[in-house]
Amino acid sequence: MSDTATMTEQIRVLVAKPGLDGHDRGAKIVARALRDAGMEVIYTGIRQTPDMIAEAALQEDVHVVALSVLSGAHLELFPRVVEACGQRGITPENTLFLGGGIIPDEDADRLKEAGFSAIFGPGAHTGDIAEFVRAQVPELDRS
Amino acid sequence: MTTETADAPQSELSGRLAELEERLLAGDRRALARVLSWVESGDERGREMLRALYPRSGRARTIGLTGSPGAGKSTVTNELAKSFRQRGQTVGIVAIDPSSPYTMGAILGDRVRMTELYSDDGVFIRSLASRGALGGLSAATQDVVHVLDAYGKDVILIETVGAGQDEVDIAGAAQTTILINTPNMGDEVQTLKAGIMEIADVLAVNKSDLPGADRMVSALKALLSLNPDRGWDPPVVRVVATQGEGIEQLTEACDSHFEELQTSGKLEAGELERARQQITALARANVLDRLRTETGEQRLADLSGAVANRQADPHTAAAAWLGES
Repeated sequence: MSDTATMTEQIRVLVAKPGLDGHDRGAKIVARALRDAGMEVIYTGIRQTPDMIAEAALQEDVHVVALSVLSGAHLELFPRVVEACGQRGITPENTLFLGGGIIPDEDADRLKEAGFSAIFGPGAHTGDIAEFVRAQVPELDRS
Repeated sequence: MTTETADAPQSELSGRLAELEERLLAGDRRALARVLSWVESGDERGREMLRALYPRSGRARTIGLTGSPGAGKSTVTNELAKSFRQRGQTVGIVAIDPSSPYTMGAILGDRVRMTELYSDDGVFIRSLASRGALGGLSAATQDVVHVLDAYGKDVILIETVGAGQDEVDIAGAAQTTILINTPNMGDEVQTLKAGIMEIADVLAVNKSDLPGADRMVSALKALLSLNPDRGWDPPVVRVVATQGEGIEQLTEACDSHFEELQTSGKLEAGELERARQQITALARANVLDRLRTETGEQRLADLSGAVANRQADPHTAAAAWLGES
């Protein structure tokens, strides 16, 4: 039994890849970076359906749902994850939705309308992602 | 501040907790998830919820799974969960992975092997980071199990951190402990060592389609034959978890062990022992928390300096920190 850090609520992040593309290097780098920033990252792996991701987000009671898609299907898949989460009471008001991948700016705008707080593309600094999460999580309604 | 304003947030909080408790007991999975977070963080809300829910626990069967990293703990857990579900029993899974000792961050990856279970309402999986605990569990594991138990899960599977030779806390946390071995894990000397080999109630040899499985099985059986009579001979079960092979036998081996616990009276004894261990662990954590005030930390820093400079020995310094000198 340890005496350290058991008394504070850790930031918990779900990192998942919806859809069929198997390119998970980006997701793994982000998972690793958030781990190194002191967060608990639940990694679910590739080829997840929106329902699988939403169910994992529910059971794990995460603060953040971070999705990665590299196949170009982000406009199709990301909003469906938000929808599946919404059916379980997990909404942008109580959970931070982040997206990553090869995502054009105009698509990023549409995703933000769909509930995503931020979209990180290639070249995004992992430190910025961790900082963004740390700044935004206290704003969530976790009552 | 008047009493009224001081009391108002408190009763508001109690009201919210009561509502959450009601939702949880009605089977609301989101309420369960939130309560587990509070209980895990060990804050006042968590303790209050546990106080309310604890009397409803004590009905679930608890099975621990341990073994070295890569032995197949998550895959076996997934298969066992399916096996219990086929009998109509509901399942809670608590899967623990290590926290970084430096940043306290963690990657919790056990769900990767459990994706089949997501669509089943009768299964609830919670990943826990060890948060600095060294025995293969996390400090809050028992409390998380109590809550899943009170929620009404029939069977709770506890998957430990990938264990080495002496991460044996699971033996004190679950009624039945399964130790998962794989072929070619080393010669017989490994099986003779003290520690993790001694805590197994059931031994599984996973990946037993690989060469060396027969030798592993005989080595384990030979070791077990040297054991003093405990009234229970741990069975050795061959498993290929990725194919679901041997899982029925593994489930039955767990059943047999549970029946033995019931008939021998060890079930009650184990319950007492688990209670004793949890109280001891909580008291130890509580004492340390009390010492770690600002002045306590300063005192610790001073004493550490004295010990490092050989002006005091560690035992004397620890006694001094506790205020015994």
